[in-house]
Amino acid sequence: MKRTTTVIIGAGQSGLAFSKQLADRSIDHVLIERGEVANSWRKERWDSLRLLTPNWQSRLPAYAYDGNDPDGYMNMAEVIRFLQGYADFTGAPVETDTNVIAVRASDGGYVVTTDRGVWRCTSVVLATGACNVATVPKTARNLPDNIKSITPMDYRGPDQLDDGGVMVVGASATGVQLAREIQASGRQVTLSVGEHVRVPRLYRGRDIKWWMDTTGMMDLRYDEVDDIRRARRLPSLQLVGTPEHITLDLNALRGAGAGIVGRLAGLGNTKVQFSGSLANQCALADLKMNRLLDTIDEWITANGMERDFGAGYRFAATRLDPEPCLALDLADRGIKTVLWATGYRPDYSWLEVPVFDRKGRVRHDGGVVDAPGMYLMGLPFLRRRKSSFIDGVGDDARDLADHLCTRLHSAAA
Amino acid sequence: MSQTTTQTATTEVNNGVNVEALLGAREALDAAPEAAQFKWRTTCEWVNGTHSRSTISSFFGLGAEQSRDRTFSVESDHPEVFAAEDNAATPVEIVLSGLASCLTAGVAAVGQHRGIQLHSVKATVEGDMDIQGILGIDDEVRNGFGTIRVHFEIDADATDDEIKALVAQSQKRSAVFDIITNPTNVVVTAN
Repeated sequence: MKRTTTVIIGAGQSGLAFSKQLADRSIDHVLIERGEVANSWRKERWDSLRLLTPNWQSRLPAYAYDGNDPDGYMNMAEVIRFLQGYADFTGAPVETDTNVIAVRASDGGYVVTTDRGVWRCTSVVLATGACNVATVPKTARNLPDNIKSITPMDYRGPDQLDDGGVMVVGASATGVQLAREIQASGRQVTLSVGEHVRVPRLYRGRDIKWWMDTTGMMDLRYDEVDDIRRARRLPSLQLVGTPEHITLDLNALRGAGAGIVGRLAGLGNTKVQFSGSLANQCALADLKMNRLLDTIDEWITANGMERDFGAGYRFAATRLDPEPCLALDLADRGIKTVLWATGYRPDYSWLEVPVFDRKGRVRHDGGVVDAPGMYLMGLPFLRRRKSSFIDGVGDDARDLADHLCTRLHSAAA
Repeated sequence: MSQTTTQTATTEVNNGVNVEALLGAREALDAAPEAAQFKWRTTCEWVNGTHSRSTISSFFGLGAEQSRDRTFSVESDHPEVFAAEDNAATPVEIVLSGLASCLTAGVAAVGQHRGIQLHSVKATVEGDMDIQGILGIDDEVRNGFGTIRVHFEIDADATDDEIKALVAQSQKRSAVFDIITNPTNVVVTAN
């Protein structure tokens, strides 16, 4: 059995940032990685994906993007290079191609069993990310065999799909991006839309991510939010990273020819029903977007910077069909594939420590898990609004490494 | 100064909704989800023709049978154009009233929570129905409503967008809005 102070599970941005913080504090540790550094970026993303954050926002502790296109968006090869570069720069002690089989509590510490040896440690960092498993509604089971069912985890590009129509279920970042590229491939897309968050790519000449960063929104802490449970469940922003900085909202998709329908309400064989709540989902998203733009406008005014940016403006309301489609027959519409962009969840099937709530989520307070010496990284709004972004893991890793360090020293004293 | 104003406004807002109690209940039920399982009931007796009378009293919730001091009565009938006696509102009008009442209650509660003082709220509801469906003239016509339109006239200490957000949030949290916009499993048995 090997011994170390801290085992970090996962060598993506979260694990690497944490490793840097521990190295800076001279805390002995190891990163266990099932594949290579940045594994999910290598293996679990579709081909055309680019980051939704601009290059300048790829910032990790003591490391940042320094290329000549700060406002561009990295493709996956660039993300992998960026994170591998960080691992090389920090000299992170990564054990690659090592699968964690079990994490158990033992003698006031933990035993981490892998397929390449067993580690004993006093603290564990869960840095395996928020998107290990695609969640699919139970009703997907009712699809007939001749209609293909696929999740974004298995989707690489439109060429792998049958010719014919595609129903994309879910209109968060993943759903709108895949709807766009599948529609552009000549396959008629029907997009089923529930709760969603609409934002423009650019506003008053700047990237929306720049505004959210500059106005301090991304730094908002989990203990300053009115309803943190709600904040953590919020769907991802409707964004796409393109060289043209296009805005990808429902109006853009409609303009490209996609059909927009309500939240999937029922599915039996080839018959599908959609909720009549679409108009309200769109009204909620439009109002929320306008409140965000109001906040930006107010920030500009409060800082006396009106002359630095163009005048404020608002975007057209989300267009609706006068008679929305409430039901359709997949076969009649020639729909051959249903793509479930209905969210992701983490996989902690190897975690054999009683830290789960009734919904299977790890109980934690800003990343400090409800088990001594256990920490969580990289989940939406874990400690801050930016926690699940490359730009956010640095601050969280610093805070949690401080906590880990304090605990270590008080145990030693 | 502005902070004092906000403070005063918040404490003075009174839409008659005890938001603290509702938030407390939410907190308690999050910890004990089994207590959140409710059963709502009504008993309907035929009077004559299309006239019927429902009585509403007990319900189940918070892990126990809940009784009220009063029993409510809702009557229903059909108008004379349906060759009926028009003793009371039609069932579909009661459904529309249920939707309006549910959304209106939501507007008051969300308004209270957001510190918005309401002065008046009026919802006007209209539902389109092609009665070829219920009369069995055309199988392709559904029995129920095609489109339902709800229009709110709200006088409140709030901006237009704040009022729109109030109405939108009320729909998002409304039971009847959900019942009408989504399919529901209905099990009917006899004797």
